[in-house]
Amino acid sequence: MNSAEAVLESLQRQGLSSLYPDRIRITVGRATCGLAAGADAVYQYIREEADRRRLDLQIVSTGCLGWCQQEPLVTVQAPGRPRLVYGRVDQALTGEILDGAGGGSFPESRLIGKIYADEVLLTGQRIFLTGEPESGPVLDQTSFYAPQLKVVTRNCGYIDPGSIAEYAARGGYRALWKALQAQPEQIIDEITASGLRGRGGGGYPTGRKWQATRRQPGDVKYVICNADEGDPGAYMDRSVLEGDPHTVLEGMIIGGYAIGARSGIIYVRSEYPLAVVRLQEAIGEANRVGALGKNIFGSGFDFQIEVVKGQGAFVCGEETAMIAAIEGKAGEPHPRPPYPSEAGLWGKPTCINNVETWANVPPIIMRGSGWFTGIGTESSKGTKVFALVGEISNNGLVEVPMGTTLRQVVVDAAGGAGRFALKAVQTGGPSGGCIPAGMFDLPVDYEALTGAGSIMGSGGMVVMDERTCMVDVARFFLSFTRDESCGKCMACREGTWQMLQILDRIAEGRAVMEDLELLERLALAVRDASLCGLGQTAPSPVLSTLRYFRDEYEAHIRDGFCPAGVCKGLFRLVIDQEACTGCGRCARVCQAEAVSVIGDVAGQETAKKYLVDQERCVQCRSCLDACAHRAVRVIPRGGAVVDAD
Amino acid sequence: MQIDINGRTIPVQAGQTVLDVAREEGIWIPTLCHHQGLEAYGACRLCLVETGSGDRGRIVASCALHVSDGLMVGTDSPRVREIREMIMQLHLAVAPDAPRVRELAQQLGVGQPVLARHGDGQCTLCGICVRVCRQVGANAIGFAFRGSRRQVTAPFGARAAGCLGCRACEESCPTGAIVFSESGGRLFGEHWQSDVPLSRCAVCGRAFAPQPLPGHLQQRYGLEFQQADRCPECRRQQAAASLTAQARYNLSP
Repeated sequence: MNSAEAVLESLQRQGLSSLYPDRIRITVGRATCGLAAGADAVYQYIREEADRRRLDLQIVSTGCLGWCQQEPLVTVQAPGRPRLVYGRVDQALTGEILDGAGGGSFPESRLIGKIYADEVLLTGQRIFLTGEPESGPVLDQTSFYAPQLKVVTRNCGYIDPGSIAEYAARGGYRALWKALQAQPEQIIDEITASGLRGRGGGGYPTGRKWQATRRQPGDVKYVICNADEGDPGAYMDRSVLEGDPHTVLEGMIIGGYAIGARSGIIYVRSEYPLAVVRLQEAIGEANRVGALGKNIFGSGFDFQIEVVKGQGAFVCGEETAMIAAIEGKAGEPHPRPPYPSEAGLWGKPTCINNVETWANVPPIIMRGSGWFTGIGTESSKGTKVFALVGEISNNGLVEVPMGTTLRQVVVDAAGGAGRFALKAVQTGGPSGGCIPAGMFDLPVDYEALTGAGSIMGSGGMVVMDERTCMVDVARFFLSFTRDESCGKCMACREGTWQMLQILDRIAEGRAVMEDLELLERLALAVRDASLCGLGQTAPSPVLSTLRYFRDEYEAHIRDGFCPAGVCKGLFRLVIDQEACTGCGRCARVCQAEAVSVIGDVAGQETAKKYLVDQERCVQCRSCLDACAHRAVRVIPRGGAVVDAD
Repeated sequence: MQIDINGRTIPVQAGQTVLDVAREEGIWIPTLCHHQGLEAYGACRLCLVETGSGDRGRIVASCALHVSDGLMVGTDSPRVREIREMIMQLHLAVAPDAPRVRELAQQLGVGQPVLARHGDGQCTLCGICVRVCRQVGANAIGFAFRGSRRQVTAPFGARAAGCLGCRACEESCPTGAIVFSESGGRLFGEHWQSDVPLSRCAVCGRAFAPQPLPGHLQQRYGLEFQQADRCPECRRQQAAASLTAQARYNLSP
């Protein structure tokens, strides 16, 4: 056997014995989302308690399983039993779990699901944890996980991201070994045939980008991993880097080999300190086993990876600005062409792909392009990871096959639509647009989302319900892009500033109808005239809300009314006496003491009638959010007061 | 190689930009951040043209667009005109006091400003001053802050310690936003608080050139100065005097 294969075999054996030990394995999700929810305390407590109780346990830190709403997430795997996944774990529950580990029974509360078998995606194998069916929820069948297919996030939350052995046990670095047996052109052909497109937002065919870089003359070329994830509410890349850094490295090494580069750079934002640590650990480990560095796996191919930390400018996610930043210059874009594939970092041909794109490479190489094209739609292959935030009950990361409908993501997985009707979903962050709830049957597909006036984008999804004002949404994103514009070009710098001025006027009830036309003309000009992608997409939130919610803009201007009840001064809150049950929650939550009793409900001694005192009301909407009966209504300023009688 | 501008076929050479070609052919494209001595920058967005046709048409800055065989360019299509008008409006909002901006607006048929005024009235942040200063080798000024807070300044907002007093920024500023003045043997630039001592002529005592300049020019460009301690007027007088003396000598029997 070749020595590289021997190394991989030995790592795999080592990893399997650590993933499936003959003692109890407990994992704690310690990615940033978990830590924010208190996972560190849970982890420390488990360690100390296990010591105190003299329990022989394997206690492991992992990345995020995706269901961030349920953090801290803890899994417990006893030999011969399904893996138990617990959500919102606190000290008390930890104690109960350890009681189970000590020979008692494991708790049933906050058990969000059981895992009976592990799918090893890269090899197509299944590893069964038990043959014995048990009662209780199956994790894969829960509403959150049912629509998912984990390709990019296949290892997140399962393996210790610091263990190259656990990565190898799930097929890791096999794709690299396979790629090194092939000619670089064959790798590029495979990626091209897979139909993989850039996951950072643009959707440019990855194979074509690689080919363009390979074809350039010269023997110094670079690959860059764009990990400058900056869209508000989006954290797909962070989760992959924190949960499975090796898959990104492996993708980059394969890419470097295919393109003819010997050096790779990961540009990661410094707001992701844990991702930086994970990457640095992983680079060290990959070097140690010969998967990175000189003469990789004895193939004669040299490749090294360096981590460069970004300094907090959103625009550095734009590729030409990123290159400038890596070179130590101000992070400002320059006109393309020349494209980075022609003259990129230090003027050399450079291939830049996003984290998620790189992470797709090992599975494609291992399973083949035919497997990959079997997932997704005609023009969009594979899966996409989305970060779900907003008015939903399941915040978290989902990875779904392309072609999955927005409804399946936003309603089924995310658990949207509670008391208040869903209104829209914002995809693609500040570069994307709002898609109204009426269009939720739209599939997740590059062309479909673009056709609807939004974009796939990097994967942020902000779910909004009827309490959201679309003018306010446009204003929020515009204020973000205005602040993050580098300011180099007139269209973006002054265009975003001027658009925001107009939006401010509308939201404050100072606008005239002509402002709408001006806003639209300005938005189209900024879109077409801006120097880089930031400015070209900055008007999207404005254009898409104007497209689908123009009546809401018009109501602000014509009637001085914000129908969603967001823009201060452009609405009143009143209590609908028909719907009011007199429970009094509104009065209890009101900090301004503006909700008061005006009498008894006839025939009911305990129930009272309530009224909002418009003089005192500060329009914070606490009452609206608190009322379980939807009795708090938003009405125009001059509208008829719903009378107490 | 040839390209097509507004329906006219024009022979071109590789390496030329569409803006270069248009200028040679007398086709007017407005520019503000473009400067012949500097690399394309693409900041003002006034030189936008449309390439391709129909749905595949793209809006591109012509200053940075290199020619390729068969390229179709429209410099005055309705779409280009509409976008340019809005870009001009943005310029008018920041620099209504700059004659060059007003003149361009007039040429483009853009009348009344429709957007809120924003900025100091003259500077459009085209960056020519910063780029010229870098080209000269002084690097005394640069951009600070981003987005709508962007400004041209010396490092850390302090006095421009690296300013040589060459006044290339003032000379090349398209909007007249940069003004230097001399007084008391010193050169002052109000924008970045330049304060450069002037050399005094060894003969007449007049202040005549920024002190750091000759040394810099010698170092950077290898230029040698004869009698660098005299003002041009005294140098001329001395040259004339010596020529006259020479002539007298030659004529004397």
